Order: sequence, then C-alpha cells, then structure tokens
Amino acid sequence: MTTVITAILILFGLAVVFGIILGYASVRFRVEGNPIVDQIDALLPQTQCGQCGYPGCRPYAEAISNGDAINKCPPGGQSTIEALADLLDVEAVPLDAEHGEEQAKTVAFIREDECIGCTKCIQACPVDAILGAAKQMHTVISSECTGCDLCVEPCPVDCIDMIPVETTIANWKWPAPAESRNLNLIATDRGRGELQHQEAH
Amino acid sequence: MTGAMTDFLLILISTVLVNNFVLVQFLGLCPFMGVSNKLETAMGMSLATTFVLTLSSVCSYLVYSALLKPFGLEYLQTIAFILVIAVVVQFTEMVVHKTSPMLYKLLGIFLPLITTNCAVLGVALLNIKKQNGFVESIAYGFGAAVGFSLALVLFSAIRERVAVADVPIPFRGAAIGMVTAGLMSLAFMGFAGLVQF
Repeated sequence: MTTVITAILILFGLAVVFGIILGYASVRFRVEGNPIVDQIDALLPQTQCGQCGYPGCRPYAEAISNGDAINKCPPGGQSTIEALADLLDVEAVPLDAEHGEEQAKTVAFIREDECIGCTKCIQACPVDAILGAAKQMHTVISSECTGCDLCVEPCPVDCIDMIPVETTIANWKWPAPAESRNLNLIATDRGRGELQHQEAH
Repeated sequence: MTGAMTDFLLILISTVLVNNFVLVQFLGLCPFMGVSNKLETAMGMSLATTFVLTLSSVCSYLVYSALLKPFGLEYLQTIAFILVIAVVVQFTEMVVHKTSPMLYKLLGIFLPLITTNCAVLGVALLNIKKQNGFVESIAYGFGAAVGFSLALVLFSAIRERVAVADVPIPFRGAAIGMVTAGLMSLAFMGFAGLVQF
C-alpha cells in the first residue's frame, strides 16, 4: 500500500515541479507580439501604397490596433472597412475621401518605347514589381504589381499608365477564405441534414 | 583520464555508426521518413533533435537515479521519462522562441513533434538498461542524436537526387524512399564489428 502511495506522490511531485518550471519559463520567456496586428494586417490589401499616411500596410495595421480610424484604405475599399469593423467590433464607416477614392484594381504599364531607363520608378515601387536597369528599358511584372500608383508620380517622361484589370475567366480567382472564427463550412448541407432528420421520424 | 576519453569516444562511435539509432536499431523512423524530403527541413529537424535528445537523456537519467531508484520505483520509468521528454521539448520551444525567432521559424512544427520521436524515449530507456553513468548518458544521448542527424541528412540528400531521377512509375514516392532507406540500413550494418562495445 505504501509503495502505491509513494509512487503516486513521486509522480505527482515530479509533475508539480515540471509544471512550476514550465510556468516560470512561460513568464520568463514570454514573446512580445501582438496577434491582433497580424489579423488586421491579413485583412489589408497589401498594396503598400501609403495612401493611408503610413509607410505600408503593416504600420497601418499597428496604428489601427492603437486606435486609428479604419477607413483610411482606398485600395481595400468598403469591403476591407467592413471586415475590419467585424474584426474589431466597431461601427463600419464610409471611406475617408481625404485619403483617396476606391478604384477598380489596376496594374501599372510602362510604354516601353518612351522609357528612358532612369530607374526612378524602380526606387518608388514598394513591392519590387518593376524590372530594369539604368539606361535600359523598364517593365512591370504585372502579377506582382499591386496597383498603388506610386510609380506614376516619379516618372519624368510620364510613360506609365495605370490600366484597370477586368476580371475575366482567365484571371478570376476564388476569394481568399475569411479568417472568421465561426465558419459555416458546407452551408448548403445544413438544411438538407434537417430535412433528412425530419424524414426519419 | 585517457580511459574516460576512450570510453567517451567509443560510445560516440558506437551510437553514431555501429548502433545507429535509425538505420540499425530502427528507432525514430517517422521523422526519418517524414521530414527527409528536403535537405533544409532535415537539417532543422536534426538540430532540434540533437538538442532535445541530449538534454532529455541527461534529465531522464537524473530523474531515474535521484528519484525513481532510491524509492524502488523503477517500473515507473516509462511514464516518468515521457513526462521528462514532454517538458524538455516544451521548455526548449519556449527558450528558442524567445532567444532565436529565426531558428524557431526554421524548426517550426518539428520542435513539438520531437515529443513523439521514439528515439528520444529509446535513448532514455537504453541508458538505464545499459546502466550508463551521468557522463555516459550525455555521450550516449549526444551520440544517438548525431547518428540520427547523420542518417537524416544523408537520406534527405539522397531523396533530393532521387526526386529528379527517372524512377519507374510504380516505385515513385514512398516506395523508392523505403528502398533507399533499406539500402542505407544495409550499408550501416557494415559498421558492425568496428567497435567491440
């Protein structure tokens, strides 16, 4: 009998000691990080255009988590504002016109015979979507371009056009799944299940 | 001193080559097959396993000799060692997460997966079975980890080459992996008799 009690006590003591060590470690080695910033950042369009007044999407996400307004993102438009309002549990407000208007998605296009190879647009591009070298013709990798307009301004010969991208069968993509907490997966099956349930009775 | 050094070296060679945990004793086969598709992940896994294996080998030896043996509770060794390993892995994860986020990102999911690596528990139990002392336990754990790393890195390098080779269709994927692992195991069996230990 005593052996059993010793065994239980020893194991219990071991577990308690380990628990204390881990508890101490989780406090001592706590990782600073704000998960809400990541969630906000995931909702922003990642154009890195700076129209919100911050240098990129992540700084704006940090600003939002510190209480900034959620309606400063023209590329994201109303849908982003609503998603942010849903995430942060605040009222959805219309887009702040001061920071720009919502436009259809565009990509930059360089009229290549006019390009003088000054590399100024390359330096302006926040996502490195422009390819070229000094005194060589530049071009835009359209799949990388976020349509942020930042390269239009620095171009000395105005050879960059912003071309709206229309959704066609060739480039349509499924919308990214929302990182919602209660996803109703296979929503169409719900009604059917109830129906079968009733039939069974 | 020289005697201790020779012992140490003998244990290392014995565990790395002669009694390689993966290829000769067939322990820890799940990560061996699972994370050997890419050299990079294999190296990350090796690094994490080396650390955890050495540490848990020492810790479980201490728990056994200081706690279980004096109370005559040797039969509790398996459950106690599993507890020790889980704690060591969790603790390592926390420390790595804090001190080196880059390494943490590199190791990723492999770090917690080590908990279920049977080589880790195998080393702890074999330490007791072989009646290894404190220093011998360190050497045994470290040697086992180096052996595991060696096998894993070699295997993943081979698999990277096999991936671009013209393998007959029925053999592609896991099948050729198993064949390769078997051939490697045969090769490592050739070390038997190198050290009389």
